[in-house]
Formats: sequence, C-alpha cells, structure tokens
Amino acid sequence: MTATQIPARVPTPTPTPVGYGSIPRKEDARFVRGRGSFVDDVQLPGMLYGAVLRSPYAHARIVSVDISAAEVHPKVRAVITGDMLDKRGMAWMPTLFGDVQAVLATDKVRFQGQEVAFVVAEDHYAARDALSLIEVEYEPLPALVDAKLALAPDAPLIRDDLDGRTDNHVFDWSAGNKAATDDAFATADVVAECEILYPRVHPAPMETCGAIASLDRVSGKLTVYATSQAPHAHRTMYAQVTGLPEHKIQIIAGDIGGGFGNKVAIYPAYVCAIVGSILTGCPVKWTEDRSENLMSTAFARDFHMHGEIAATSDGKILALRANVLADLGAFNGTAQPTKFPAGFFHMFTGSYDIAAAHCEVRSVHTNKAPGGVAYSCSFRIAEASYLLERMVDVLAHDLGMDPAQLRMRNLLRPEQFPYTCATGWEYDSGDYPTTLRLALEMAGYDELRREQAARREGGGDAPLMGIGLSFFTEAVGAGPRKMMDILGLGMADGAELRLHPTGKAVLRLSCMSQGQGHATTFAQIVSQELGISPDDIEVVEGDTDQTPFGLGTYGSRSTAVSGGAAVVVARKVRDRARIVAAAMLEALPDDLEWAEGRWQVKGVPSTGKAIAEIATAAHSGLELPEGVEGHLDATTVYNPPNLTYPYGAYVCVVDVDPGTGQVKVRRFVAVDDCGVRINPMIVEGQIHGGLADGVGMALMELMAFDANGNHLGASFMDYLLPTSMECPSWELGQTVSPSPHHPIGAKGIGESATVGSPAAVVNAVLDAIGVRHADMPLTPAHVWRAMQGRALRTDVALE
Amino acid sequence: MQVPAQFEYERASSVEHAIALLARHGPEARVLAGGHSLIPMMKLRLAEPETLIDINDLSELAEIEVQGDELCIGAMARHADLLASEVAGSHYPILHDAEHVIADPVVRNRGTVGGSVCQADPSEDLSAAFAAIQATAVIQGADGTRTVSMREFFTGPYDTVVGPAELLVQLRVPIHPDGGSAYVKVERRVGDWPVAAVGAALRLGRRNKITDAGIGMTAVGAAHFVAAEAEAYLRGKPATEEHFAKAGEIAAAHCNPSADQRGPVDYKRHLAGELTRRALRGAAERAMARAV
Ligand SMILES: Cc1cc2nc3c(=O)[nH]c(=O)nc-3n(C[C@H](O)[C@H](O)[C@H](O)COP(=O)(O)OP(=O)(O)OC[C@H]3O[C@@H](n4cnc5c(N)ncnc54)[C@H](O)[C@@H]3O)c2cc1C
Repeated sequence: MTATQIPARVPTPTPTPVGYGSIPRKEDARFVRGRGSFVDDVQLPGMLYGAVLRSPYAHARIVSVDISAAEVHPKVRAVITGDMLDKRGMAWMPTLFGDVQAVLATDKVRFQGQEVAFVVAEDHYAARDALSLIEVEYEPLPALVDAKLALAPDAPLIRDDLDGRTDNHVFDWSAGNKAATDDAFATADVVAECEILYPRVHPAPMETCGAIASLDRVSGKLTVYATSQAPHAHRTMYAQVTGLPEHKIQIIAGDIGGGFGNKVAIYPAYVCAIVGSILTGCPVKWTEDRSENLMSTAFARDFHMHGEIAATSDGKILALRANVLADLGAFNGTAQPTKFPAGFFHMFTGSYDIAAAHCEVRSVHTNKAPGGVAYSCSFRIAEASYLLERMVDVLAHDLGMDPAQLRMRNLLRPEQFPYTCATGWEYDSGDYPTTLRLALEMAGYDELRREQAARREGGGDAPLMGIGLSFFTEAVGAGPRKMMDILGLGMADGAELRLHPTGKAVLRLSCMSQGQGHATTFAQIVSQELGISPDDIEVVEGDTDQTPFGLGTYGSRSTAVSGGAAVVVARKVRDRARIVAAAMLEALPDDLEWAEGRWQVKGVPSTGKAIAEIATAAHSGLELPEGVEGHLDATTVYNPPNLTYPYGAYVCVVDVDPGTGQVKVRRFVAVDDCGVRINPMIVEGQIHGGLADGVGMALMELMAFDANGNHLGASFMDYLLPTSMECPSWELGQTVSPSPHHPIGAKGIGESATVGSPAAVVNAVLDAIGVRHADMPLTPAHVWRAMQGRALRTDVALE
Repeated sequence: MQVPAQFEYERASSVEHAIALLARHGPEARVLAGGHSLIPMMKLRLAEPETLIDINDLSELAEIEVQGDELCIGAMARHADLLASEVAGSHYPILHDAEHVIADPVVRNRGTVGGSVCQADPSEDLSAAFAAIQATAVIQGADGTRTVSMREFFTGPYDTVVGPAELLVQLRVPIHPDGGSAYVKVERRVGDWPVAAVGAALRLGRRNKITDAGIGMTAVGAAHFVAAEAEAYLRGKPATEEHFAKAGEIAAAHCNPSADQRGPVDYKRHLAGELTRRALRGAAERAMARAV
C-alpha cells in the first residue's frame, strides 16, 4: 500500500501550530467533560473493597487483635492483621529512605492513624461496618510529639523494633565549611540569629491516595492501578516487598488528581490490597478518605531551624549558619536521593554571594506519621529558601535597612555564572538583579513604601500595610545518575518515540503527570523538533508495561529530565529521517539541511520533505542505504549533566487588621525565570497553583498535635486550604535565562512558586506588624499574639 | 471512603406526617433538613441514626415573610434564601451580614435555618444572630405548637428544647422601625467556622439613647449565645464609641471561650470585646441611618 492509498481520517479543522506557545491543554477535553479516569473510577469485574483499621493512639503497645466477629460478617471476604503479614514476611516494608515501616502494626502503634488491620469486603459499606467489629486491645504509652524533647533522657523510645536502638536519634549530617564559617562569624560587624519553624504541612491533593490490586492466579501477573507519581519505582519496590518477579508486575497510574509529593511513596494499604487480592483471588480496591490522607500519608517540612547570618554593618552578607532539628515522624520515609539525607537543604545560600556557609541537620523520630520530603519542596529547598529569606529580612530589621536594597546588594551577579556556591552546588545560569528590578518595578515598590509610610502616620483602626520580598533559587531536575539515586535506582529517564506510517507519533515517557499538562508540553517539545503539530503526537505515561523506565514526576524533574529525553529522542528520529529523506531525494544526508520543519537539499526549499512524508517512506519499500533499518523510531535514556536552577523574585503586599489580626493579601507580584517556556500558559498555571500553596502555608495550613499525639488537623475543617477568596489576582512577569546544559534551555517550574512564595507572604505580614519573627501559619490568632510580643508555638495545641 | 452506617429512610409529606413519623420511629430517628451537618457526622460515624425523616418536601416551611409586626422565617428556608430575602435584609441586615459569612455558596444552597439552630453547634453563626434580635422559635409536636425564646432554646452544646417527636417549624422576630443590627465575624478563611463572631441589635430613642440592646455571641462560650451583662449596661445610655468599647469589655469579661486551633483563650476573649464594639458600632450606624 502506498501513502496515497491510506484512507485519510477527518482532518482537524485548524491544526494546533507547531512548537512552543500557549496552546490549550490536550488533556483538558476529558477533564472538563468529567471523562478522566482516576483510580476510584476504575471498575474491575468481581472487585472487592478494602478499609483500614487505624490506631486511635499515637503510641501504644498492641496487646491483642481479635478479628473473629469481623470475619463472620456475611459480606467480609478477608481480614488481614499484622501477625498474618508477619507470617508472610510482609509485616514491614522498606521506606523510600532505607528505613522500614510497618505495613500493619504487630508490636506497637507509633502514630495516630497508623494501620492496624485491613478488611476486604464486598462493598465499601460492609468494609467500614466490619472495622467496628474488630477488637484491639491497646496499652497506651507516653507519646513523643515535641521533636525538641526527642533526645531527652526520659523520652519514650519509639523505634524499639530496631536492634540496638536506645534513643530517637536518626542521623546527623552537615555540609559546608565549618572553619571558614566560624572565622567569618568571629570577625563580622553584625550577627543576626533567629529560631524559625517550617511547620509540618500536608500536600493535600484533591484526589486522595488509592490503589486497586489485581493478581491473576493463572498468569501470576499482578496489576496495580495506583495514584503513583513514580510508577516504575513503585514496580521495583513492589517486587521487593512481595517477592513477585518484576516482569509480572504492571503499574497503571491513570489520571491523577494532584500529587505534590504525596503520591511518591508506597503506602501500607497498597500492600494490604495486594495481599487481599492474593488471598481472595479478586481485585481489591482501596481508596482512602480525606482524614486518612491527612493523618497517615506523607507530610512535608517539619524543620525546626536555627539560623545565623553574619554581615558587615553596611549589609554585605559574609556567612550563613543553620542548625536544624528535623522531625521525621515514626519512620524515616523521606523521599529524596540516597546521598542526601536532608535533601538539598544545604543549597541554603540561595541567591546570594555568600562566601562561607555551614549547616548541621539532626533528625529524630516522633510519634507522628512518616513522610518528610513532599509538597513541592524541591527536596527541602523549600525549607532552605524560607530560612534564608526570613533571615535576610531579620538582618534588614536589625540593620534598619530596606530589604529590597539588602537583597540587591548581595544577589549573585550575572558574570558569576556558572557559579559554585559555598556548599558545592553549580548554578547554571541567571541574571538575578534584572529579575529583582523587574519585580520591584511591577510592584511599584517605592510607591508602596510611600503609601506604607503615610498609613503609619495615620494610625488608628486602619489596616496595617506590609510589603514582603522573597528571592529564591532552586536546584531541580534530579539528577545526574552518578550523584543521585533513590533506593539504588539512578535518576535518569528513558523515552521512546515512534512515528507511524502516516507521520503521527507516539511518545512514551517514564514520568507521570498529576495535572501538570504533560500530554501537551511534551507533545509540543516533539512538535518543535519534528515540525509536526502537537495534535499529531500522543503522549503515553503511567503504564509501566507501555513506557520505558524512569523515576517519575516530583522535584520539578519532568521537563528537566524527561523533557530532555523527549528532545533527545526526537532529535534521534530527526537524524534518522535525514537519512531516509536523503534516499528519497537521491542525495547524501550531509547535503541536506533542516529548515522550517523539513529536510531539504541545502538552499533548495522546493525539495523539502516533511516528517510525515519521510515517515511514510520509511515504512515503504524505499531502498535505504546499507545498514540503515526502516521505520522511524528511537529510544533514549537521558542522564542530566547537572541540575537546573530556576529562580524568581516575589513581592507580596498585605493589609492586616490590627484589632483582629486578620491578613488580607492585597497583591502578589511574581517574576519567575525558568529558562525557556514551552507552554507559557501551563507555566503560569503552575505558578498560580504554587502561589496559592504559599498563601496557604503562610496563613492557614496547620497540622499541630496535642500532648497525647492527637492530630489536630485531620480534616479540611481543621486543615485549611486557601480558596480564590484568599488569593489576589496574581501579577506575573518573566525573565528568561536558558539553562546552558539542557537541550532546549528549559528549567523546571513545578515547585518554584511553592518554594518562593511563603517567605514573601510572611515577610509582608511581619513588615506590617513590625515584628522581627513569628512562625507560620500566621492565622489571625497567631498574628494577634505576635503583635502582643507573645508569639505562639504553632506546632502544638493552643491554650 | 467515608460511608455512613445503615439507616432507614422516610420522606415526610406534611408537618403532621413528619411528626407522626418521628413518634413512630422513636428517639433514634432524626430529621433530615439540608443534611450539611447531619450527613458529615453520619459519614464519620459520629451519628448513627436508625431512621432519617426527610423534611425537604415541606415547602410550607420554607417561607420568609412579614406577618403583622413580625418577620417569620420558616425552618426549611435555606441559608441562600435568607441571604436573598429582601424583606429579611431590610428589617434585619444582621441576617444578611451573617449569611454572607456562613460556610460557602454550596453549603448555603442546601443548609437550612432550622437545621442550623437545631444542630446547636457552639460556633453556630445564626444562633448568635437570632439571640441578638431576640427571636422566638415555634416548635410543633403531636399536641400542637409552642413557642420558646431563642435565648432559652439551647440547653447545651448540640442540645435544644426541641423534643424527639417535635419539629422546629419557624423563627419569628419582632420588627422595630427604630432598630439597627449588624454581625461581624473573624474566620481563618472564607467558609470557616468562626473563631469568634458577634451580632448586635440596637433600638435608639431620642438623642440616640439606647432603648434596647441585643448582643449575641458565638464560639466564645457565652451562655445562651448572649452577652446579657453588656446588654444591661447599654440600656438607657447614648450610643457612643465609648459605651460600645465598655460594653465590649463587659462582654469579653463574661464569656468563657475555650482554646482550640482557631485560637487561644486570651485571643478569643479579646475578639469578643473587639467584635462587640464593632457590631454595636455597625448596628448604631444603621439605626441612625434609618432615623434620618
Ligand atoms: C463546609 C461547611 C462549613 C460550614 N460553615 C459554617 C459556618 O461558618 N457557620 C455556621 O453557622 N454554620 C456553618 N456550617 C453549618 C451549616 O450552616 C449547616 O448547613 C447547618 O448547620 C445545618 O443545616 P442543615 O439544614 O444542613 O441541617 P441538617 O444537617 O439536616 O440537620 C442538623 C440537625 O438539626 C436537626 N434538624 C434539622 N431541621 C430540623 C427541624 N426543622 N426541626 C428539628 N430538628 C431539625 C437534624 O435532625 C440534625 O440533628 C457549615 C457546614 C459545612 C458543611
């Protein structure tokens, strides 16, 4: 059959233009019609439903678990306990950071909400009913909730499951040059210190976590439909946990309703669903409810930080020191590259030219849920950036300097790039002063300061006005295989690109969209490289049987790593297309040039062959040079040479009601530099979401615990997320500093705004009320108490 | 997934029918109005009623109208109905102030006035508003109707005088042409329950002398949602900032807030005073505007 005989389908009336630009998202057609397919939408024949019995105690010994009444419930098909798993060697599973975590508790429960038993029943209702038929006898133990007391001699020992453990200490880790830092501090004119808490927060995706496990007893194949940001890593982990051979495990992550790091880990109930399927021979679905999500799945942050900054009296920053106490919860389940126990926290010199820096991180267990690195934090750069941007304001406060001026004085200069910071990170590109200037201009900074001065003159009941700045730099796109792995899996990403005979393409990637618009962005990347419309490129992700290996989507790594892979694989196809085109034109490949999406004889546009024609020829009987196979496809594995370093300058303006402490975010200006923007609309969407996240963390998201370890933020009535009413109309700007080592100069943008914005909001509120420091979240109560000079601890129950 | 325990369901076709169903199914039956408090509690299995008696068909309970010199609000009026009601807003702007800040539009479209006060949550906004304007509850049982002042309606947290085989059918409020009213609330976020909220209703006589004052407070542990001592202080005094501030101090001193993650005790007490002052100021401004 020749090309002309292939029946043409109804053509798209106006094809989407080739290449980059703000085109509508391809995936939205199904989302806006309610036709997405999330885990809970999947219905399999004979499917059963799971429910988890959870511990009401934060710390208790399990005396007995009696399941006899639940087992005889007419609709219950299996009840699984820790002891039953123990017999299969599955009571414990590895965490993402080399610790172990209980699948179902056998000896003790170590946080409120921990998994104790799992019921498999014919419907959701019966599964929940049966939970109340399980009798667990607990012997309550004192709970350890305050990380600062974790190493006290009388602290209850949480991890007595580990041989030789005598205290709650997990690790000590440090980075930077201690001696140089000490020297700089000793001779500095000014030293500013501050205790800063980045409270425990939760990613709280709209879709909670869930899984369907289906073991085919005949083929021995296990299929897991899961809310997974990292399907390939999950497959390998399931192989380790269950002992099933990896080629008999297929993970299918369909549509995902937000991840933000919450869906990187494997949760105990997923393993229970697998065991439930093994026991019953039926598919078992488990979907958690909102409270389960907030109580038991990966939290984020929980860094108690002591910052110190040394400077000259005219505001030149000389050195930086940080001492961190990290609360990891009951198990160390942090998700980050193995060689970095505190993530990338040590990139804490941020955007400034700081000659000496040293940080120490000590981590401890408490009776709280495990997790740690999650929620759009770029592996703890969120914590680092917040600490630094607060410390710069504290220094400005102590020096009586304008915070914008202080930042401008210390920002890295363009000629310093590529720049290696005091703790060894090599920043790729940037022009920081230009970006800050643009943000200040857009905000009308000087005018704002004049308005603020006039308001302060006025006094009275009128709102207090505050202006807050933040300038952040992230390191994203983990990462170079030599440096970065998770559980031994190197962080390079595969990609496969196949062109069909009609010139339509399928791109298969290892990463996994959770709302970031991968189907569009990655189609545009290939479109740009091959000169075909994004309409003609299908992006496939999430099904491990259909996609190449790679580590998934988190840490803003998709465009930086899988995006690089997409470019490289498209260029491989383009190079193959050149050979085919040369055969078509009876020319030598070297005589051809790529111009306007076609291969043509150099200088002769009329000879041009578009990719679609070349694809048809590549599948035809056309004679190709010796050694050149037919068809038009390619694979690659992209191992990023370095991380990319997006950055941005943010300005926030707030009004604070002095009588009530209520904060209104009046304006927010965000100038981001994420290198080349593939789909600017999607980039702006990512920024909008991240800015809202920042407003949430700064002002309302609160996961405190009372003295007994009760979780005080276990529903959306208590764990508040911002709505459009709390968010101003974002004012966005951009500068573009392409990454020199990324094939198209793109940097990640997924987490920038979440990392950069909380400090701007907090700085604005504290500027308004004239207070040096108070911790997030700045709820009305916390603001009011800070105004009284009696700032509250925000991580414990209020009195 | 959160799912409720098993329950029976009945749909009432009239007030009498609803009362008969309640009597027949006994104390484990519950009335279902908007369901925005009851259903979440059932899903969390904090409530496991044996039978739900759905009263959503009783459109005769959804009227908002003036009868004689009273504003009458049916128990099944939705929050959104009250917010949209011109007649309610013109006589008692406090009700519109409150409804603007109760929950979100989705909840307001479904949640009812009657359900709100029958839920008797100690942070309920309308309880404070109705206490301030000295409303009366009309309660119907097998033996007919009885009326109870909203200031005697609540017998404790989540508990009211409405008996197991009774229905709240209406709230009635006297209309005062010389009155003004306002409601102010501090919430951590739009749609959140109040950290504290205060409603005030003032009637002003000659030279802005306060002839009657009603102050309702919620979420601060005020007995019956009322700041009785502050009300007594204000009666007979001119409506001035100074008196409002003093009334705020009195209200703050007499309430009994408890700490939770919305705020510590001292802050909530401070708010009781601050919001009392603001609500009184708003009420007085409106009363004066009407007098002009
Ligand atoms: C997200 C959210 C936010 C909210 N925020 C606020 C807020 O900020 N401020 C606030 O004040 N409220 C708030 N609410 C509560 C809201 O106002 C509820 O709708 C209201 O409390 C209950 O009304 P309902 O009609 O839904 O009652 P239902 O849930 O149907 O019933 C509540 C109780 O009252 C009983 N009942 C109902 N009607 C009658 C009747 N006529 N006679 C006798 N008993 C009856 C029921 O049996 C049940 O026990 C919020 C609710 C939600 C879900």
